[in-house]
Amino acid sequence: MRHRNAGFKLGRNTSHRRALLRNLVTSIVLEDRVETTITKAKAVRPHVEKMITLGKKGDVHSRRQALAFLQTREAVTRLFDTVAPRYGDRNGGYLRIVRTGFQKGDGAEKAFIELLGAEAVLDEKRQKRAEVREKKREELQKALAEQQQQAGEEPQA
Amino acid sequence: MPNPKRRHSKARTSKRRAHDALTSTGLSECPNCHERKLPHRACAKCGSYKGREVLEVKEAN
Repeated sequence: MRHRNAGFKLGRNTSHRRALLRNLVTSIVLEDRVETTITKAKAVRPHVEKMITLGKKGDVHSRRQALAFLQTREAVTRLFDTVAPRYGDRNGGYLRIVRTGFQKGDGAEKAFIELLGAEAVLDEKRQKRAEVREKKREELQKALAEQQQQAGEEPQA
Repeated sequence: MPNPKRRHSKARTSKRRAHDALTSTGLSECPNCHERKLPHRACAKCGSYKGREVLEVKEAN
């Protein structure tokens, strides 16, 4: 009996929900980690796992099936070439969901969902972002200092 | 329109409210920064969860 196994409707009609889930799955495959609400994270998990199963099979038929669900060709390529090979010896449970806090506005609980085995890539990405941010901050400070200097010189001249 | 016939005593009010108390949230300690955090969630202070999982934490400028 499948009593009380209704799943997630996410307050959308079928086509809207399918589009949302396809978008989310595509993003997860492309980005390794996606931040969303806990309910959406829980709702996409089985879809991502199905895609990875297709990726592990690796034949042309499963590639076409993945193409039918994922939104972009790049996502399918990444799924078959880089994502699926990570999970050769694992039967499911390819994803990790971690709750991170609450959304401003409606108080919905936020979480990120990420692919296992992507930690190194994600850490690298984060480091790069931090470096870029640091550079930007320095440049801003420099520009600000120059402006202040100019402003200081003008009244004297 | 129906209306109350008698005044409600303070005792009655407080007796009704005796069961209205809120329970405090159960908090656990972050093993990384020892700040109190919600259980099963990444720490909002240091962004860690289960050793790793560091989120971007905004530093106070």
